[in-house]
Amino acid sequence: MFTIDQISFSYNKRNGDLLHDFSLELKAGNVYGLLGKNGAGKSTLIYLLTGLLTPASGVVLMDGENVRRRLPQTMSDLFLIPEEFELPRLTLKKYVSLNAPFYPRFSMQDMERYLDIFEMGGMMDVKLHSLSMGQKKKVFMAFAFATNTRALIMDEPTNGLDIPSKSQFRKLVTSGMTDDKLMLISTHQVRDISDILDHVVIIDQSRVLLNAGIAEVMNRVAFRPLREGDEPIFVLQSPFGPLGAVPARDGEETKVDLEMLFNAALQNPEAINQLFTTQK
Amino acid sequence: MNFKDNKAIYLQIADRIGDQILAGHLTPDGKVPSVRELAAEIEVNANTVARTYDHLQQNGVIYTKRGLGYFVSPDAQDKIVAARRDQLIKGEMDYFLGQLKAVGITPAELQQIYSDFLGK
Repeated sequence: MFTIDQISFSYNKRNGDLLHDFSLELKAGNVYGLLGKNGAGKSTLIYLLTGLLTPASGVVLMDGENVRRRLPQTMSDLFLIPEEFELPRLTLKKYVSLNAPFYPRFSMQDMERYLDIFEMGGMMDVKLHSLSMGQKKKVFMAFAFATNTRALIMDEPTNGLDIPSKSQFRKLVTSGMTDDKLMLISTHQVRDISDILDHVVIIDQSRVLLNAGIAEVMNRVAFRPLREGDEPIFVLQSPFGPLGAVPARDGEETKVDLEMLFNAALQNPEAINQLFTTQK
Repeated sequence: MNFKDNKAIYLQIADRIGDQILAGHLTPDGKVPSVRELAAEIEVNANTVARTYDHLQQNGVIYTKRGLGYFVSPDAQDKIVAARRDQLIKGEMDYFLGQLKAVGITPAELQQIYSDFLGK
């Protein structure tokens, strides 16, 4: 659905490119997790993806159209939930009636269902500016999911959510996802989202360190206590002996540990790259 | 749904479905929730649940009816018990017997403990 083709971008030329000659393909039917350290360019990438920033060179295409042209057909099929945002001084009902017409597949029924999941049903007459930050986020998220755009891009969606709403957020994703949609979640809170991802993208210093399906990660990497003969790509010392990310042996399958995978990719990018490019 | 760290999630979901079948909450020829329903319910990626269902189907625990979804196999309980027996003997039992040996419990003592347990 998205083709990011050799883009370069910098906020300040003297500091060099934040993204340099960066390419990535994102396909429909996947929930992507975008992981990277602070300052790796995750939010910038999201703004480039949604046509809010212009790359110095290269192009971002959605279904073959340059997103930077911000064509109505592109914008009506694309929704961004930024990390921080303001909502106007309106009731929720008014907000929906003003904004929903931009999204041809918006469903009021879905909106109500998503508000219910967030335990915010019957709130259509509430004034948006009277809500707490977390409540604003939930209302906005319910609207975003209800637009049913094919692309839904989220920047740190679980930040500011309380404990029950993190689980409710996962329910929104798993119940709203369909094969023609693409969701991308940029986050540091890997524990909040690790079970709902199809695909993980790890970026660092304008490189894609890893771009792989969760099933493929499980087939290639095991996360467990180290054993004799392992050649770990990442080791974590624990009081009960070393744990690590190791090349999976003899068809073993363990639960994918995104935190360890992330650390492995940053600490040992060559080993990760080799592990994922060899035939299996 | 909470998962343990030591086992692939799709297998942990398969275990839970197995529990439901053994407990009689899912009955022979009864319908299993659709992949999407279960994924939303337990907040897990739909492809992971699809993988669970593939696994259960390969093991003969569930079967598909075209266009209608997944159903519990008539002999699902036997299949699950056989698979778990196998798993217990090859896996957990090994660890357990190692522990018995480490603290010096004799076969006779073990037999007594197990007989007492069964007599409870």
